Amino acid sequence: MEGCHQFLDLIPKEKGFVAESEEKTRNEEKKLELRLGPPAVPNTATTAQKRTAPAPVVGWPPIRSFRKNLACGSSSKSASESTDVVPEKVSREKPIENCPKNLFVKINMDGIPIGRKVDLKAYDSYDKLSYAVDELFRGLLAAQNDDGGIKDNEDGSKVVKGILDGNGEYTLVYEDNEGDRMLVGDVPWHMFVSTVKRLRVLKSSELPTLSRGSKHGKALT
Amino acid sequence: MAYSFPEEVLEHVFWFLSSDKDRNAVSLVCKSWYEIERWCRRRVFIGNCYSVTPEIVIRRFPEVRELEMKGKPHFADFNLVPEGWGACVYPWVTAMSAAYPFLEEIKLKRMVVTDESLELISKSFRNFKVLVLSSCEGFTTDGLASIAANCRNLRELDLRESEVEDLSGHWLSHFPDNCTSLVSLNMSCLGSEVSFSALERLVSRSPNLRTLRLNRAVPLEKLPNLLRRAPQLVELGTGAYSAEIRSDIFSNLAEAFSVCKQLKGLSGFWDVVPAYLPAMYSVCSGITSLNLSYATIQSPDLVKLVSQCRNLQCLWVLDYIEDSGLEALAASCKDLQELRVFPSDPFGAEPNVSLTERGLVSVSEGCPKLQSVLYFCRQMSNAALIAIARNRPNMVRFRLCILEPRAPDYLTLEPLDTGFGAIVENCKELRRLSMSGLLTDRVFKYIGTHAKKLEMLSIAFAGDSDLGLHHVLSGCESLRKLEIRDCPFGDKALLANAAKLETMRSLWMSSCSVSFGACKLLGQKMPRLNVEVIDERGPPDSRPESCPVERLYVYRTVAGRRVDMPGFVWTMDEDSTLSASESGNKPNVWGLRALMPSILHLAELIVAINILMNKEAKLLFSLFHV
Repeated sequence: MEGCHQFLDLIPKEKGFVAESEEKTRNEEKKLELRLGPPAVPNTATTAQKRTAPAPVVGWPPIRSFRKNLACGSSSKSASESTDVVPEKVSREKPIENCPKNLFVKINMDGIPIGRKVDLKAYDSYDKLSYAVDELFRGLLAAQNDDGGIKDNEDGSKVVKGILDGNGEYTLVYEDNEGDRMLVGDVPWHMFVSTVKRLRVLKSSELPTLSRGSKHGKALT
Repeated sequence: MAYSFPEEVLEHVFWFLSSDKDRNAVSLVCKSWYEIERWCRRRVFIGNCYSVTPEIVIRRFPEVRELEMKGKPHFADFNLVPEGWGACVYPWVTAMSAAYPFLEEIKLKRMVVTDESLELISKSFRNFKVLVLSSCEGFTTDGLASIAANCRNLRELDLRESEVEDLSGHWLSHFPDNCTSLVSLNMSCLGSEVSFSALERLVSRSPNLRTLRLNRAVPLEKLPNLLRRAPQLVELGTGAYSAEIRSDIFSNLAEAFSVCKQLKGLSGFWDVVPAYLPAMYSVCSGITSLNLSYATIQSPDLVKLVSQCRNLQCLWVLDYIEDSGLEALAASCKDLQELRVFPSDPFGAEPNVSLTERGLVSVSEGCPKLQSVLYFCRQMSNAALIAIARNRPNMVRFRLCILEPRAPDYLTLEPLDTGFGAIVENCKELRRLSMSGLLTDRVFKYIGTHAKKLEMLSIAFAGDSDLGLHHVLSGCESLRKLEIRDCPFGDKALLANAAKLETMRSLWMSSCSVSFGACKLLGQKMPRLNVEVIDERGPPDSRPESCPVERLYVYRTVAGRRVDMPGFVWTMDEDSTLSASESGNKPNVWGLRALMPSILHLAELIVAINILMNKEAKLLFSLFHV
């Protein structure tokens, strides 16, 4: 066979085969597939392997979109599924939104007494959330402390970096609908949105060393 | 015969024929029967909108009153067909607006319907009665407003599972005050709140209303107002089934339900508050169809409800019902014919509920009429499948989805070949099958051998080689629709069974190993098939011919290639040129030259010879001294 990449010449028999991902958000979520070491919280599964959700495969399992997110709306199409080429006759983009238009959750940051609120519906990926968190707390941090974890931009303003990749001095966690405190980034975005109740930005030094997948080149913040 | 019946008599006789099959048979008898029949055909069903053109339909059947049509392939439901692929109804509506002024019914599935189409429908057909849009998209609530406002005799407006751009709930208020003909309204897929008073008034003035499916936004406290105005309802879809827990709301609701003595079907049930379920117990004994697939309530509440419904025939439910709930179902609902169990947490790594193969086995044991199953679960065994097959030889539709692709028999770690084999061997009336789990070519051999009535087959992450596909294409005599994803099926089986594809409605293959070269060959040789390559990586001829295509969609057609293809779809034509290295081939040797490099085994050679019936084939046969 000539040297084009054989699309699926040999389907790997082992579990955890590489999924083909076409949507951008799914690519981002793969980069954020962070793996936890044995966590401090007692009520979780025993191995890291077991704990991670399987890599998302397009169209699998075969259920309609409106059945996927029972917390929210009866009929909605994911924004990332449009193609570049759309003939004029076919209707325009449908940002179908049957969920409530906003999902405001509280977000608190260690060391800052005043919390903020973020509208999670305004974002469609962890990257964007991370950027928004940075914007929210930048000013407050600058007012409070001048050191540690905050890197100066060239214009002198402070930036909160690395909250999603484990490299920064701060780490983003959330409280889910069961009351558990969870690391942000393990599950696909839409699933995160459906279970998150509030957010916290913690000092990384207060957390046990969390191992995360680090094969992904793109910087998260 | 020395005489024949006058045309009027024949026409009167044909009038009684409602089945398309019968009418098609009648029109083949002789020219005059063909003519008489075509003038009195009132209902046309088009399974694939691209298999024929509006002009051809109109030319043959000038007096159609009801059109039913399907567009996108089934896998579009799971986002495997890129947006913009096609299936727009607009050209059909424009053609029919001129040709069928008396059109009464349009029923569409998986088609793109724009507001312009809806407006044109509402203005072109003065006697328009029925609009059913199943899993359609492309329109907004403005389009619905045109239908409501202009269709004076509207009987049915059913938007089941369509994706509608919901601009506002105002569309409902466009039904004129003198519109009293409504029999069925299904707006369950819409998000916005409609004016409740407009809804109340509409229901009040519709004495023939039989089906009312509300959307989530209609609050439970207001449901009694509607029920009291429509005690004749046969099918009800509630809105959100939750409210503050108050005894006055409860008694109001219970009383309203008790007045609806004709209720047979219930659906809706978003956001269920279990405390309100007993309010509907008075109707349960009459219920034959129950859709709880949005009800996120736990097994005990589900069991209490379901065991009241002794006459249940059709149940759709989430896996919260668990094995124990299904056992209870099997004990109480002996008339059950259809069961669908949907996953509450499809993407979770760990099971969140105790639903396994045991639940399905219990139902198959306890419900003698069970014939239609859609079941999502996390584990399966050959033993369970064999038991189900033995219990229910009357199974007609069997769709099993084990959430993890290629999951083996969890007890033996073997493939599930024998289990599915038992299904096709025992269930001789099986018409539809979807498989999952670890499957080798062997299961396809069983299917090809036994599944003689199978019409639709869905395959994912299965098989080892082309032999699998070959078994299916050569063995399944009744096969009409075949859809395949992520299987190692390639060119050989496809090309060897090219003629079979003309006997089927369509074939879908995505993420398989069919090369661009094979697609071209197929398109060239089979002019009555449209061979569509759907590939978002750019033109397929910018890659080597041996490179597999992302998706292949093949369907029979008398319409020729379609004219509305988007940039990521290519139809392989008779006039497609092959790449430079193969130019100069004469068309009638195509099959053999193409097959030769890949014919390695005698079995494959014999298969190829059997299919190709021309001189060159016999020549090759002699060359190989077989």
